[in-house]
Amino acid sequence: MSKLWTLRGPRHSFQFHRRTVSVILLLIAANLIGVIVCAALGSTTVSPGAVLRTLLGMGDPADNMIIMSLRMPRIVIAMMVGSMLAVSGALLQGIVRNPLTSPDVIGITGGASLGTVIFIIFCSDISIRFMPVSSIAGAFGAAFLIYLFAYRRGITPLRLVLIGIGMATALTAITYMAILTAPFTPSAVAVKAFTFMTGSIYGSSWKRDVLTLLPWLIVLMPVAFFYARHLNVQELGDEVATGVGSSVHTKRTILLLISVALAGAAVAIGGAINFIGLMAPHIARKLVGPAYGGVIPVSALIGSLVLLLSDLIARTAFVPLDIPAGVFTAAVGAPFFIYLLYRHRNS
Amino acid sequence: MNSLLSTSFSRLIGLIVSLILLVVCMACSIIFGTADISLHTIMESYTAYNGSQEHLIIQTARMPRALIAAMAGASLAVAGSLMQGITRNPLASPSLFGVNAGAAFFIVVSSAYFGASSLGTFATLAFAGAACTAAIVYALGSIGSDGLTPIKVTLAGAAMTAFFSSLSMGVLLTGGQTFDQVLYWFVGSVAGRDMSIFTTAAPYMGVALLGALVLSRHMNLLVLGEDVATGLGQSTVYVKLAAAVIIVLLAGGSVSIAGPIAFVGIIIPHITRFLIGNDYRWSLPYCALLGGILLLAADIGSRFIAFPKEVPVGIMTAILGVPFFVYIARRGDR
Repeated sequence: MSKLWTLRGPRHSFQFHRRTVSVILLLIAANLIGVIVCAALGSTTVSPGAVLRTLLGMGDPADNMIIMSLRMPRIVIAMMVGSMLAVSGALLQGIVRNPLTSPDVIGITGGASLGTVIFIIFCSDISIRFMPVSSIAGAFGAAFLIYLFAYRRGITPLRLVLIGIGMATALTAITYMAILTAPFTPSAVAVKAFTFMTGSIYGSSWKRDVLTLLPWLIVLMPVAFFYARHLNVQELGDEVATGVGSSVHTKRTILLLISVALAGAAVAIGGAINFIGLMAPHIARKLVGPAYGGVIPVSALIGSLVLLLSDLIARTAFVPLDIPAGVFTAAVGAPFFIYLLYRHRNS
Repeated sequence: MNSLLSTSFSRLIGLIVSLILLVVCMACSIIFGTADISLHTIMESYTAYNGSQEHLIIQTARMPRALIAAMAGASLAVAGSLMQGITRNPLASPSLFGVNAGAAFFIVVSSAYFGASSLGTFATLAFAGAACTAAIVYALGSIGSDGLTPIKVTLAGAAMTAFFSSLSMGVLLTGGQTFDQVLYWFVGSVAGRDMSIFTTAAPYMGVALLGALVLSRHMNLLVLGEDVATGLGQSTVYVKLAAAVIIVLLAGGSVSIAGPIAFVGIIIPHITRFLIGNDYRWSLPYCALLGGILLLAADIGSRFIAFPKEVPVGIMTAILGVPFFVYIARRGDR
């Protein structure tokens, strides 16, 4: 019996390892359990049964209010933001061929934060629908500058990472400056901007957040999934990839654009959440091996699960305080990063 | 090594010029602000203090601010120079190694949860935080067969910085103190400090600066390479250990008086290397003076860039530092 399943379409075909499929199914189950737990826990606890009834539209009005209008938007946003950051990181690590990069380490998230903070401060009268645009513009601006500065007869991963870290520091500083020198910054706006910079999905709503992010998710995720197959070829090295007929540079640029757009859109709504883009692809590769057909969807599911749990801890562990979820992704992510550094110590 | 000032005489002249420049910058720092003050009044406030508002401003606001900026700048630059010498990594500096963020985290946590408020406690905690983080990042950066590489140590530093700043931010947002006040400190600022902050930390930092001067001869041997230094009879372990203690005192001290200020520790050592080459006996005093000048100048600039609002000086140095950082990183792997 074959270990591969093949799906054939008119122009594309996909092969899945059976292991990949079972991992994906397991992760979907874990996400569903995560959703139910997150919907059940909080300042008032709802029983899992009642959660299920409510989600199926048969709950009582009180549960409906708590779950459907307060907790579910936040849960959905956590899943969307987490998966987008994870996929963005997976693409980026493939492009740069350095396992220690992610949108937040090299400053793309920083650019998106700057874009969003400028929007929060200066464009408060414009519809929030345009916030992802501002944030993606910031992400692209940052990516462009990093690329420009790191380019010298090509890009080396080392230079890219070093420049990226420098840029990240500078962008953070400029963001602080934008907050502190804004024409009117009452403390509340500053707190809002800072909470945002740490990464928080507190107070998400269906209309404002979910509907704003949804179009970006719907467009970008499938593109990422279909296009990531080119990364498999690029993993072989530029010469081989060119040799087998892949236009390496064009495809790399397109992949970079997708990765930046994903990170930018996610940051617009979820804030500068660190380390998910770094962690999720690693766990995914550990589970299903290096082929990107599997890594992308598995990363997405892991990213979603990680942010779901981080946010659950953030809002329940220190009741009545609601701590930005980014604090917990960093608390888990940094030790993980150190572990990675240790594992790749000789490469 | 080609350097601009190659004879002892020209170096001495340069040092004197830097010293004069530092004094001028300090004077400017006291003179310029929302209320401009004449040079004469400054003198008067110390010779014939009459309790007028101007005299009060000079003694309680402007003077501590100028002293803190000079001290923090000098300390960060010397710490950066020592770090670059020990690690032989052109990007090494207190901010990049996460040392600043670690020191800041210790202060934030202790003031939010353990009610620490005395300045002496802050200084001690900043030293402890700086020491812990420096040790962690150094250990992380040196694991593996190829030893301490710039990329590993930079990544480790970036990770620790992200880790500690996220945690600090979480504590700040939930700690419930006056957010604005801490915020300014958190980005690195020398404004609104009083003299007691300076006098608490300055002795440690002063001793560390003197210690660095004493160590400079040994640093000269160390940068020749560990083997050469050992061959010439130096016990490199003790030199490194002494340097580490000095770095921690300097970086921790500057965080406790001015908050985490980035890039001074990278920029200045490179400028001094350009000016006088690798001789630590000369470069350390230069670093101290030029570091002070840079931070004073950045602080004066920060009062006018978004007038009448003040921008924390840490932001100024970060923005100034990036072109420099890019230049060094591009040159790094030629």
